[in-house]
Amino acid sequence: MSSAQGIGASIKRKEDRRFLLGKGQYTDDITLPDQSYAVLIRSPYAAALIKKIDAAAALAAPGVLAVLTGDDVAADGLGGIPCGWAVKNKDGSNMVEPPHPGLAHGKARHVGDPVAMVVASSKALAKAAAKLVDIDYDVLPGCGRLPEATAEGAPLVWDQAPGNVCFDWHIGDAALTDAAFAKAAHVVELDLVNNRVAPNAMEPRAANGHYAAANDHYTLYTTSQNPHLTRLLLAAFTLHVSEHKLRVIAPDVGGGFGSKIFHYAEELLVLWASRRVGRPVKWTADRSEAFISDAHGRDHISKAQLAMDKDGKFLGLRVHTLANMGAYLSTFAPAVPTYLYATLLSGPYDFPAIYAEVKAIFTNTVAVDAYRGAGRPEATYLLERLVEKAARETGIDRVELRRRNLIQPSQFPYQTQVALQYDIGDYQATLDLALAKIDYAGYAQRHAASAANGKLRGIGMSTYIEACGIAPSALVGALGARAGLYEAANVRIHPTGSVTVFTGTHSHGQGHETTFAQLIADRLGVSTDNVEIVHGDTDRIPFGMGTYGSRSASVGGSAIVKALDKIVDKGKKIAAHLLEASVADIEFRDGAYRVVGTDRQKAFGEVAFAAYVPHNYPIDTVEPGLEESAFYDPKNFTFPGGTHFVEVEIDPETGVVEVVDVAIADDVGVIINPMIVDGQAHGGLAQGIGQALYEEVQYDADGQLSNGSYMTYCMPRAADLPMFKVGNHVTACTHNPLGVKGVGEVGAIGVPPAVINAVLDALAPLGVKDISMPATPEKVWRAIAAAKQGKGA
Amino acid sequence: MKDFQFHRPTTVAEAVALMAGKDGAKFLSGGQSLLPVLKLDLAEPTDLISLTGIAELREIRVDGQALVIGALVTHDAVARSADVRKHIPGLAALAGGIGDPQVRNRGTLGGSVAHADPSADYPAAILALGATVHTNLRKIDAEEFFTGLFESALAPGELVTAVSFPIPKRAAYAKFAHRASKYALVGVMVALTSSGVRVAVTGAGAKVFRVSAMEDALTKGFVPEALSGITVSADDLNGDAEASAEFRAHLIGVMAKRAVAACQ
Repeated sequence: MSSAQGIGASIKRKEDRRFLLGKGQYTDDITLPDQSYAVLIRSPYAAALIKKIDAAAALAAPGVLAVLTGDDVAADGLGGIPCGWAVKNKDGSNMVEPPHPGLAHGKARHVGDPVAMVVASSKALAKAAAKLVDIDYDVLPGCGRLPEATAEGAPLVWDQAPGNVCFDWHIGDAALTDAAFAKAAHVVELDLVNNRVAPNAMEPRAANGHYAAANDHYTLYTTSQNPHLTRLLLAAFTLHVSEHKLRVIAPDVGGGFGSKIFHYAEELLVLWASRRVGRPVKWTADRSEAFISDAHGRDHISKAQLAMDKDGKFLGLRVHTLANMGAYLSTFAPAVPTYLYATLLSGPYDFPAIYAEVKAIFTNTVAVDAYRGAGRPEATYLLERLVEKAARETGIDRVELRRRNLIQPSQFPYQTQVALQYDIGDYQATLDLALAKIDYAGYAQRHAASAANGKLRGIGMSTYIEACGIAPSALVGALGARAGLYEAANVRIHPTGSVTVFTGTHSHGQGHETTFAQLIADRLGVSTDNVEIVHGDTDRIPFGMGTYGSRSASVGGSAIVKALDKIVDKGKKIAAHLLEASVADIEFRDGAYRVVGTDRQKAFGEVAFAAYVPHNYPIDTVEPGLEESAFYDPKNFTFPGGTHFVEVEIDPETGVVEVVDVAIADDVGVIINPMIVDGQAHGGLAQGIGQALYEEVQYDADGQLSNGSYMTYCMPRAADLPMFKVGNHVTACTHNPLGVKGVGEVGAIGVPPAVINAVLDALAPLGVKDISMPATPEKVWRAIAAAKQGKGA
Repeated sequence: MKDFQFHRPTTVAEAVALMAGKDGAKFLSGGQSLLPVLKLDLAEPTDLISLTGIAELREIRVDGQALVIGALVTHDAVARSADVRKHIPGLAALAGGIGDPQVRNRGTLGGSVAHADPSADYPAAILALGATVHTNLRKIDAEEFFTGLFESALAPGELVTAVSFPIPKRAAYAKFAHRASKYALVGVMVALTSSGVRVAVTGAGAKVFRVSAMEDALTKGFVPEALSGITVSADDLNGDAEASAEFRAHLIGVMAKRAVAACQ
């Protein structure tokens, strides 16, 4: 049983039955008795003084229960939305941390900033009444992009942030890096932009708040990746109630990609409004609202320099990055371009010196925070574009240049120049596997075949590393995190031997109900059909930190395994009693306790039953029942890595880039369910290719959003993607009990530079040297045209 | 979305009668353009007169040297029609490339034509093939039908009932779609008809238009190479974040050549 369903088995996802039948229960599906509905009125301006809000007509409209404004938020003493991570400036001073009220008060700072909330007995009535609220704005100049926000004399998003600088941070050794550059035989320089993307989870955000006055208790249903974190922030910072009076439920959640980690104002507002109107209040974003209120991702402008010796050995790396924070600091925002970005700049390479400076900038845009990969894609994109350019400039083959610089297996544990210590990896092995999967040797033939069809073919690669399984609490605490990042599990064995696991992680597409059940099957020999995974309800699950940063298996799974170890140990004592043997002589294997060297055994179910019906039981030394909890705080990050190859064909007449082949080889540690791991890789690749070719949030200079709908914001479609060739080479993580590393983000991290490197490879014969993401048809066409005119591109 | 009265007549006469005197009423066909507008509250009609119950508008028939397609025929039905595929395969291909399967299963020829979206595909076919738009009142020549951005020759309350496409010797459509919306950034229909070569461009301007320089060149030789060296001015073309006017002008040349190649 365990071998068929345990670790390494590609069993089908248990949760898919309800999803495929349309029987999932999402936040918007939950309608409570006496439900009312909220609509948010959002600023249409990037920057504007809110001079007057006249709600009289709306309040008189049918069905309207309340119209609430920033004045009401202030009068009721609600706390501002807090930032969960503090980053220090170079001089040790604190970052600028501006206030973030639930509803804008006095001034709106981005398109979509919520200014007022209308609550009515139906959503249609709330929408109709919202049109009657008369808001008198005094429109101010805004800045929508990094170049405008950092220009001399730019309008200030916050008066307390001169130059719109949130923080000016650095990492690494500047002097050591200067010395490395001084002795370099060759220096490669690259300016690049990491384009801003919108998260676009399939399910838009929603929140349904219910205050029960009779027992002074709040319940919140919300689209969250971490209900306990949301409850903590509501309790301690925004709503100001005790945790035991607040239950947060994140039911089925349709994708997050990071955007549902954060505590959003709407979660606070619906609970508060419910208290005020005496009815449950539900808010559900529509897609247009999602574009202007979900935290976006990426949005960097960087300058990078790579120093090499005459043989192409990397000597040093120097990076300067501007990172867009948006108008308000979202929960994890400061950590993304610092500890999740600059610490990854060594990549899989042996770098003797690195120095990176990151300046975080406020703009009049919605917040920027973690999005699938969160900082690591930005680091990988920079490094792999730079390495590719180095190969082209030095004439060293792209694979050979990487081979010369990859960290060797003998060098682990490897201490980087930017704070991380990689425990294990085999980057040569994943490189070799990827070379085989793409058929690197056969490329020239494919190139010729494309040329015969009038197409420009290119091949691109990236060798990447990421840090996930966040994270050791003490380490992240020292780096400014205001929370611990352990995980919790409770394993309850029922009297007949079936199992319920309560986990602090949250599944919003990852398949935990299957993979965690496989851990139980593997350890206890119980069928996955007899295992239920419970997540997402703070009244049922232990205090855990949720799911993001590819942490669920490595941190959450480890907590489950710790609890399982306790279950197995307790069962040994019970079994020893039942088998009239010494505990030391009992072994547990294949779902049964056995007396070593005999055929005497008790099935796990028999031991469970004895624990709950303790008639014949070691009652003097062992408590009845079989239920154990564990918390697991990781000792280090985990470090998945690998090699991604992409081949593209470009139509030189139209500039259309077609991704014709993708072959990747990842080391994500021990694999619990290969099918789910492949699926995670596929999804990440789709998003990574989306960023490279299709997606870009376009703000104009003043902060107006010009492509906030699917008519203009281009998402990748299945038809845009080839069949992916996915391979794995496993080195087991050295410091968690499962040896797992994490797979949720690898596709989005590794593939964008491989796509752009392939595009540039295809265009190189024409003289094109640079192109930015997304490589749209017009950009490619213009680059070709400019190169033809001899101007370069 | 505001409340409205919903009507479902079963004849053209009944539909037209329902429309009479109702300034705020709209005909509803497949709803692929009107419903998004309603959902965004960009239109608030008092009455929606659904045409989907009018069986007589669902017909495709060959009438002498023309193919007459009823206004309620869906894009998917046009794409799959044996008559259309036999007589004007380029039109079947055009219909099969509109939007996505969901759009093609709901959207109709009449709805698209009446909406006069400058990025829609059908206007290129109507102009290139010299089609005639039939209404409850009259027959309108292709040249007169599309008058501007979302504007047509239709009078208030006038209902498109069918489009008659003269069967060409050869015709093909080549489209460069907007990557997000799948509307035509540039769509070029090229037709070799009994009255000469016609080249019609949709998506690139405020309304569908013909390119006489290309028609003249193709009259001399109906091969892609005939178009080499002919450029279309970017003046007056649409430009947006997806494609500038210059890029659209360039794409007209590329798509026209590909359409001619598809005719061979």
